[in-house]
Amino acid sequence: MKIISLATYLALKEVWRNRGRFLLVSLVIALITLLVLFIAALGEGLANGNRQYVANLDAQLIVFLQKSDNIISSSRLQTNTINTVRRVDGVADAGAIYTSTTQIVSTKTPLKVSLLGAEPGHVGMPPLLAGRAFHTGDSNEVVIDKNVALRSSIKIGDEIEIRSTQGTADEFFYLRVVGLTDGQSYFFQPTIFVAPATWEKVRPQSASELQDATPYPNIIAVRLQDPKQIEVMKNHLMAQVSNIEVADIPTTINAIPGYSAQQGTVQTQGFFTLLIGILVIGGFFQIQILQKVPQIGVLKAIGSSNAVVGAAAVIQIVVVTAIGVAIGGGITYLFSLGFPPTIPLVFNGTSSLLAVVALLLIGPVGGLVSIIYAVRIEPLKALRLQ
Amino acid sequence: MKPVVLEVRDLVKTFMLDGAPINAVDNVSFQVRSGEFVALVGPSGSGKTTMLSILAALLQPSSGQVYIDGQELSKMGEAQRVKLRRARIGFTFQSNNLIPYLTAQENVEFMLRLNNKLDKVGRLRTEELLARLGLEERLHNLPAQMSGGQQQRVAIARALIHNPAVVLADEPTASLDTERAIQVVQTFAALIHENNRAGIIVTHDLRMCKYVDRVLQMRDGKLVQEYTSRREIDALAKGEH
Repeated sequence: MKIISLATYLALKEVWRNRGRFLLVSLVIALITLLVLFIAALGEGLANGNRQYVANLDAQLIVFLQKSDNIISSSRLQTNTINTVRRVDGVADAGAIYTSTTQIVSTKTPLKVSLLGAEPGHVGMPPLLAGRAFHTGDSNEVVIDKNVALRSSIKIGDEIEIRSTQGTADEFFYLRVVGLTDGQSYFFQPTIFVAPATWEKVRPQSASELQDATPYPNIIAVRLQDPKQIEVMKNHLMAQVSNIEVADIPTTINAIPGYSAQQGTVQTQGFFTLLIGILVIGGFFQIQILQKVPQIGVLKAIGSSNAVVGAAAVIQIVVVTAIGVAIGGGITYLFSLGFPPTIPLVFNGTSSLLAVVALLLIGPVGGLVSIIYAVRIEPLKALRLQ
Repeated sequence: MKPVVLEVRDLVKTFMLDGAPINAVDNVSFQVRSGEFVALVGPSGSGKTTMLSILAALLQPSSGQVYIDGQELSKMGEAQRVKLRRARIGFTFQSNNLIPYLTAQENVEFMLRLNNKLDKVGRLRTEELLARLGLEERLHNLPAQMSGGQQQRVAIARALIHNPAVVLADEPTASLDTERAIQVVQTFAALIHENNRAGIIVTHDLRMCKYVDRVLQMRDGKLVQEYTSRREIDALAKGEH
């Protein structure tokens, strides 16, 4: 207790009396914090843009066409597969999901969106924030996600015009907005939901696809009666239903084209930024300790223990780092308020917290060499004897 | 006769230089009593600082014994030596003496903090001691805001505030002009006598010997001469020896 109190006294006095110098280091740490938090937010934002709809599914398993390598766009299931899956023991619910993209052209500037077909009342149809679900069949009704509303002035009750290329011609369709869901980005685009029949009618299609008006789902999302039985049910489904493969949600997300590579890149950037932080802090404190050798010698000569000197160095580094992280966090928060929704930055609590913990650790890790050096300084340095 | 506070018996410190042993301190014995102010003089390389380092429990001797308040230093572990330095020894150094980010008052009080004795009485004693040293206007000044002489006086206060048995001063006047050096040593001597401490000052400036009670002269690690009479010491201080 006495060691900590003495060390805290020395550390804080030195920081306060040299506040200009230490503030400069804190500002460098603040900039590193800003960078790390933005990279973390960018990673989260990009990941969200890619996986948000899939990650939010109230399901444990995804059914794909066999040999589609768990890639949603490569999978095209038979229409009767959904009924077979629903009949399998242990399945609480299953919903067919149809994926495509289109463009809303009734806005000031055209807005590219993911066009998802889903069945109201089944897995795959996200919960509504406002309005109602679309009617099944060719209802020409649409539910938009919050990101569509944020990027345009579209609201419930509006009629939107979409453009899809079918065959060699651009076709235009009018859909009535009847509901609003939370953010459901898929493949970096905001999402609109329609009934399977509407989806088949309005989606971009090749000339050969136009010959068949049957909507084929890409995947089926499966909610289990016992969500803990993922592995058992995966095997069970594959045994019971022919011509399919089954993956859990994390596997499905990781199989989204480019997802892993993109996250790997962002994480590498974050790691190297932290590494630079460690080197900057380590360098500063090492230089400072070298300048303080005689002073530390005096402290030890007059009776300060190694524990006091070491703890003072640790406390000083922690305080300077914490101030830097706090300043950086504050600046990041202020910046985040001004960013438009089109920039994929998501300040998620968990990833930001992890980044802050990593940033708080880089101080002591960076200063480790200087702390060890300080503890090893001989009190004889206070005298002239070498 | 006042009690012996510091006793050195047959002290030897050997260093290896280019593979050959060199006795930096060579079979030295002496005693210092409480209230006695002793100067350790000698040319550069005579072993003064090595001797002071051993007395300060900063360096282990090769052989021989040092007793402070009856406790033999060589039998102590590192933790005990740190505790001894904190509680029973007071220091002033040639330079880099004070903690630069603590004010004069905080520098002195730090010794009380270290010894868990910083209370209202301790603070009052600190202020009184600094005032006694003419620093009542400098209590809240940082070392960089004070002259070299003022800094040395703060260091003297720090060396005495916790009532140590022994006060050791390593060339405390080396960076001062003559007038300030004399002031510092005079004050040091007065406080040693008033507080009944045993004081040892290492100096190469023989003029400072005028203010001490006894002079031990070293050469090549050996104690070659001891001056005890006032007449001899004054003559040495005037450069007549």
